[in-house]
Amino acid sequence: MASLHPAVLPHDGPKASGLTGRWQALVPFRPDSSVLPGFTLAMGLTLTALSLIVLIPLTALALKAGDLGFSGLWALLTTPRVLAALKLSFALSFAAALVNLLFGVLIAWVLVRYDFIGRKWVDAAIDLPFALPTAVAGIALSALYAPNGWIGAVLARYGIKIGYTPTGIWVALVFIGIPFVVRMVQPVLQEIESEIEEAAALLGASRFQTAMRVLLPAIAPAAFTGFTLAFARAVGEYGSVIFIAGNVPMVSEIAPLLIVIKLEQYDYSGAAGVGLLMLAGSFAIILLANAGLALWGRRHGHA
Amino acid sequence: MAMHEASPLPKDQRQDSPLVRRLLIAVVLAFLALFLLAPLLVIVVEALARGADAFWLALQDADVLASIRLTLLVAAIVLPINAVIGIAAAWAVAKYRFFGKSLLLTLIDLPFSVSPVIAGLIYVLLFGAQGMFGGWLQGHQISIVFALPAIVLATLFVTFPFVARELIPHMQALGNVDEEAALTLGATGWQTFVRVTLPNIKWSLLYGLLLCNARAMGEFGAVAVVSGKIRGLTTTMPLAVEILYNEYMSVAAFSVAAVLATLALVTLVVKSVLEWRYADDLAANHRPDRTRA
Amino acid sequence: MSVAVQIDRVSKGFSTYPALKGVSLSIEPGELVALLGPSGSGKTTLLRLIAGLEQADGGAITFNGIDTRRLSLRERRIGFVFQNYALFKHMTVAENIAFGLSVRPRSQRPDRQAIQKRIDDLLDLVQLGGLQQRFPAQLSGGQRQRVALARALAIEPQVLLLDEPFGALDAQVRKDLRQWLRDLHRRTGHTTLFVTHDQEEALELADRVAILNQGLIEQVGTPDQVYDHPATAFVCGFLGEANRIPVEIKNGQALFRNRPLLSLKGTNATGGAELFVRPQHLKIDSPELAALAGDVTLIRRHGAVRRAEVEVQGVDRPLEVDLASAVAPDLGERIGLRVGQGHVFAGGLTPSFN
Repeated sequence: MASLHPAVLPHDGPKASGLTGRWQALVPFRPDSSVLPGFTLAMGLTLTALSLIVLIPLTALALKAGDLGFSGLWALLTTPRVLAALKLSFALSFAAALVNLLFGVLIAWVLVRYDFIGRKWVDAAIDLPFALPTAVAGIALSALYAPNGWIGAVLARYGIKIGYTPTGIWVALVFIGIPFVVRMVQPVLQEIESEIEEAAALLGASRFQTAMRVLLPAIAPAAFTGFTLAFARAVGEYGSVIFIAGNVPMVSEIAPLLIVIKLEQYDYSGAAGVGLLMLAGSFAIILLANAGLALWGRRHGHA
Repeated sequence: MAMHEASPLPKDQRQDSPLVRRLLIAVVLAFLALFLLAPLLVIVVEALARGADAFWLALQDADVLASIRLTLLVAAIVLPINAVIGIAAAWAVAKYRFFGKSLLLTLIDLPFSVSPVIAGLIYVLLFGAQGMFGGWLQGHQISIVFALPAIVLATLFVTFPFVARELIPHMQALGNVDEEAALTLGATGWQTFVRVTLPNIKWSLLYGLLLCNARAMGEFGAVAVVSGKIRGLTTTMPLAVEILYNEYMSVAAFSVAAVLATLALVTLVVKSVLEWRYADDLAANHRPDRTRA
Repeated sequence: MSVAVQIDRVSKGFSTYPALKGVSLSIEPGELVALLGPSGSGKTTLLRLIAGLEQADGGAITFNGIDTRRLSLRERRIGFVFQNYALFKHMTVAENIAFGLSVRPRSQRPDRQAIQKRIDDLLDLVQLGGLQQRFPAQLSGGQRQRVALARALAIEPQVLLLDEPFGALDAQVRKDLRQWLRDLHRRTGHTTLFVTHDQEEALELADRVAILNQGLIEQVGTPDQVYDHPATAFVCGFLGEANRIPVEIKNGQALFRNRPLLSLKGTNATGGAELFVRPQHLKIDSPELAALAGDVTLIRRHGAVRRAEVEVQGVDRPLEVDLASAVAPDLGERIGLRVGQGHVFAGGLTPSFN
């Protein structure tokens, strides 16, 4: 396959670009000597669209937040209401992603390893949180968990309140995070050869030992990646949360809602500042997770 | 692979005991019933709480009809643009080697890790009344925020990666061989693309567009921030759901929600059918397991 | 319709390794040439350079004296048969074959009947009449290979290039197709190059064989020339099996432990060298008379003959000896060996083969 050919490193002879030697390979977004036409057009279109739709607007966010300066950003972060919202968003997202991790691995296991009636459709339904508009999920969950809702009414009898409390936010975040871990773990679990488990059994491992010491390490990186994705998604989630949250400042007000509120008050810099803090938090999670995965991979010999 | 319990053959080492199996299946089904099935059911029940007539009547409201039209319009604008950008990005990334490829891939995926609210916010910062270009735009009487252009832009932002993400792994797996064959046979670049590449990738393109469409029609956060929620003008279906719900018009809110939920279910069914029937023509990560007993 | 292909000091490097380091080769019109070498030797890169699918870093390739750098892919008119055929799977056999004609500019495009006639003729030629409405997925490996060939021939190529044409096929189909390709070449007379790593295939099919190793051509010649008179140690080792015996060269003689083993003509080199001897060129002699003597450690069947392994002091690996059916030493017997024919490559001057 030509796409697997290593990149060109010209040795001698002139090149059309006028650049020679290894430096040719280091010019960004310039291809090797492939015969396929259309690179300039395709790359030009991609970079233009990417700049106009994604990069320039995101730069605007950084610029606007920059109006505040470092001291302003720090002051914003330490505002009790902002701090409470960020803490709430990140803590509940983490808690929800943990549930997604546990049940995600379990669901993936059941879908890959067991046959039961309707398995195919259960499998298809896992992606519902991706497909269902978040506002729809939001009002549905809110109708279920409100004190007079199907589930809320039952729980209310035992004095448990979910709707319009932080617990409600957590429920919504669990809902939207369901597919991530399942979809990461499923293919890995399918790839594990049956010989691996047979070998473990022949070496005397019990079924539980095989699961814990052979299978779990094999799916751990994928499960962790899914956990990180669910976490990051939950931090930014808005639509499914605001209906069930109650939105009481300092108690059940999430960070994205704070941005909306600041925008409605025409506090553009404040909104941009909260946005920047959220983005910084999310990217820190993703970077840390990638670093952790790389470390884990190196230690387990598949870096 | 499943072995009969009374079989004298040695036990399959991958098979768990029936008790464990049943228990785990039950736990999973209960969890999914609680988190996936119950919300769907509640939508249907609430939408039909006052009967089918009330449901139909709610959908015929002028503002609701306007929101349906706007949602379709936004999708009709966003999908073709995303198709072109996605194909271009996939062609550049999958067919060539160049320095900076992984950076480009990260940037293409970037919108997935940005909160929808921020996706809306950035356009307000650029084009809003007090935004960077706000004054200029007002001077020229161009409205972007609180109007269709910003809704389209915010939707483009949140759906940006879908098509490219689907096409890149598929086109990488296919390699350049078919295109090279067409070129040695004398085809031009355009002929090669239309007659060889496009038929090869049509199912993954459709798959990507399907997911893109679901998100475009269902996007709430990003659109909520930029739309201004002007009734009958800048209200998409998900925004209509919010407005009606906040006004305690439960049946109407759930009726619109039911339409959107149906769209989601249709998306899932079509997606699954594509995965089952055209497994070989989709990116490797969507191939359902066919080795399974 | 055939052209002479001239390859002149062509070089090509990839970021991790140099693929070709200045390769020259001239091919006569209508010739059938094999590019033979192990994987990574640069043979496929050379084929792709001739096709125009890669660009050379240096050197030139000409067709009948015309520099191919000035030609577009369409103008080169190359019939390329890809390793896994690269058939367009959404097109029928007929559509695949017609593709090269149907993409021509309208003024040069044959009309519908002419295209259909060409499809029919080519399907006859590749013996696939009646399969034109099938899709590639409905064909066997051998059939796909022939469709790929018909598709390449449809554009009346100046040069036919085949990349491992039989690589993906079963042993039996491979043999049949080899014979058939030879006939086809005789009838159509295209200048043809094919890449293979299978020495048997190259020797059986080609008029001439070019043996590549690490980006260089080691030797070019007819199958007899390269097999009987290998130019380098690599060629000798790559074409068939060879025992390697350390010898001392003095006065036109190859000496093993100071006893003459073989007299060499036209050599006045002196010093240490390796003598390459094929298993069929070692003859059994009495242990007292022969310069090589050792113990038979193993006797096993090797295709049509039986083969003995003989351990000789001073030689690293046991010598492999083909046994004439009548004479068979016993296991453990001490025997002598005479060298009928061998090749000496002075140490350090030629690349070693391992």
